[in-house]
Amino acid sequence: MTEDTDHDGRVWLGTPAFPEAARTALADTRLRHNLRHATTTIRTKRLDATGEVPHWEELREAGAAIKRRTARHLATYLEQLEASVTAAGGTVHWAADATDANRIVARLVRAAGGPDTERHEVVKVKSMATQEIGLNEALAAAGITAYETDLAELIVQLGEDRPSHILVPAIHRNRAEIREIFAERMGEWGRAAPDDLTDDPKALAEAARLHLREKFLTTRVAISGANFAAADTGTIAVVESEGNGRMCLTLPETLITVMGIEKVVPTFTDLEVFLQLLPRSSTGERMNPYTSLWTGVTPGDGPQDFHLILLDNGRTDVLKDTVGRQALACIRCSACLNVCPVYERTGGHAYGSVYPGPIGAVLTPQLAGVRRAASLPFASTLCGACYEACPVKIDIPEILVHLRAKAVEAKRDGRALPTPEALAMKAAATVLDSPGLLAVAQRAGAAGGRLLGGRGGRIRRLPGPLAGWSATRDTPAPPRESFRTWWRAHREER
Amino acid sequence: MRSGGTDGGAGEDRPATDSRSAVLARVRTAVSDVPSDETPDDVPVPRTYRRTVAPGDTVGLFAARVADYRATVVRCAPEDVAGTVAALLERRGARRVVVPEGFPPEFLTRTDADLVGDRPPLSVRRLASVDGTLTTATVAVAETGTIVLDTGPGQGRRALSLLPDYHLCVVRAEQIVPDVPEALARLEPHRPLTFISGPSATSDIELQRVEGVHGPRTLDVVLVVADTSGANP
Repeated sequence: MTEDTDHDGRVWLGTPAFPEAARTALADTRLRHNLRHATTTIRTKRLDATGEVPHWEELREAGAAIKRRTARHLATYLEQLEASVTAAGGTVHWAADATDANRIVARLVRAAGGPDTERHEVVKVKSMATQEIGLNEALAAAGITAYETDLAELIVQLGEDRPSHILVPAIHRNRAEIREIFAERMGEWGRAAPDDLTDDPKALAEAARLHLREKFLTTRVAISGANFAAADTGTIAVVESEGNGRMCLTLPETLITVMGIEKVVPTFTDLEVFLQLLPRSSTGERMNPYTSLWTGVTPGDGPQDFHLILLDNGRTDVLKDTVGRQALACIRCSACLNVCPVYERTGGHAYGSVYPGPIGAVLTPQLAGVRRAASLPFASTLCGACYEACPVKIDIPEILVHLRAKAVEAKRDGRALPTPEALAMKAAATVLDSPGLLAVAQRAGAAGGRLLGGRGGRIRRLPGPLAGWSATRDTPAPPRESFRTWWRAHREER
Repeated sequence: MRSGGTDGGAGEDRPATDSRSAVLARVRTAVSDVPSDETPDDVPVPRTYRRTVAPGDTVGLFAARVADYRATVVRCAPEDVAGTVAALLERRGARRVVVPEGFPPEFLTRTDADLVGDRPPLSVRRLASVDGTLTTATVAVAETGTIVLDTGPGQGRRALSLLPDYHLCVVRAEQIVPDVPEALARLEPHRPLTFISGPSATSDIELQRVEGVHGPRTLDVVLVVADTSGANP
């Protein structure tokens, strides 16, 4: 893994282009088995959880509309949030990029130092924003040890690995691997795992509980992300399951929250929409076990020193693009990962970004620049399942097509780029080489085609650059079944 | 505005005001397509979702949804709360329990458990070593089986319902609202709010659910209902 920080301070974890990375992942049968099990399980749970809400579509509409309102008037809400948090006793900082944010955090941790000025430690709640800016690495370079306290993040950290899923970052690991990581590495970071540690998930969770409790009780500074922040009241929300979030948000003396500027919502009341959309879309639960809401500081309860860092790091570039802007509505539920036929087979690492899956394929090229992630907009079959699953109705296929066009433009500008056509052909070759993958692609194509197809099975308007073609003619929708699917079904009948 | 200290990192510390104006300027430039006379209210947010599902039996729904999270719900009449609390503490083997300020003393008359107060505040180590915590709640949500604590009387500071391994929460039937919007409307945003839906849990290892990673492993809800003609689960 090479780390590349360009002049604007944005960190991009450069990995091989998607087709190469995907080929390696596809060859790993254990990884594919773990992933398929995970995505199908969560998918089923999510459908049950969303299916029981009769006004689910209205909630999605409201969620999308609130995010649209926020994006169009972002400066207003950010200034309002700053005023509310300050009035409630917190301190607000602004970070233009990753370097800026990491520097502010390191300075605050040092200032919170305490009697032991040699040894600086922080406990962390799982946060995409801090992963995006490479905070742990930056803190390590500044002599500060960051302890991840989410169980999956702990597995990733101890295993010197990278997260592969937004919601369940260690989903690519099975229990035997986790047992091995705990037994070998826990002792180096703190309390060692018991000698007789088995690979029973209960025993593994218990080992993590004992290992981390010591850290919760003694660490003076905590770092978190934010799921939402209400501009009118200055209330921040963190949604979680394990209680490690509550530990970090409550026990330390200083709390530092790093938040992407797109996480602001206009009002406290708006949380009623997202607290319904997020748990059901994410883990398929009616509500996650713990949600913490806090506003500034409360004397006698929780950290008495609260800092909110508002992070740009490329988000204003995304905002500038009137098509791509909708990606900022993402609430990081990961529903799009679990329905994506491409993600299901390649896993998160192939995307070379902390944001994997369909949302990663649109967010990463926009945050890091199309030039650095030129293959990602092609890492999709455009089947449309991600759009159907998205709780805030981000039209991911539309953005993918839009970004493909931009990647081609960038190439025309003469910048070094793998050509999209070549990448598409490479991806196609991988698929065509494998009968199983071809069947998947055809099923996905049929599903996507049916979405586009109107009455009479004709597609009247094709998306993106293909719209020119469809403006003057109808395109027949792909058949419901591919020949291969039909053949298999009929052969089995006999 | 804070002035930057030395940080030993690469580059000079940028004064915070610079980043602030830089980010805000970028934000304003990025949305130059938005008409300058457009106000937030010009972007409509449809609130049709707010119609409540209106379950006939909110109390029954709440009890069923809490039970779905592998938490226990015990219904009892107001005069039986003390007996129910005593029986549950006994069943869970909770000998030493923390009782926050404002917890109704009449709920404590039947138990012989060792009751520990939180004034002056207990140290975190002490709190982590007791068997359990008794609290009330401020509101409960039927549709999701959630209890909400706002650190008001009978609930204590947030650490109380977090560090001990057992949490017993007394909820009165009239505190139960049908859904999340109704609950938020009743809450005071400036208090620390904790939404609890079942015991602490993780599904990070092969998606197998394990209770009690960091927070309490066991959650019992005592549901106080004036009319207990409905069956006790």
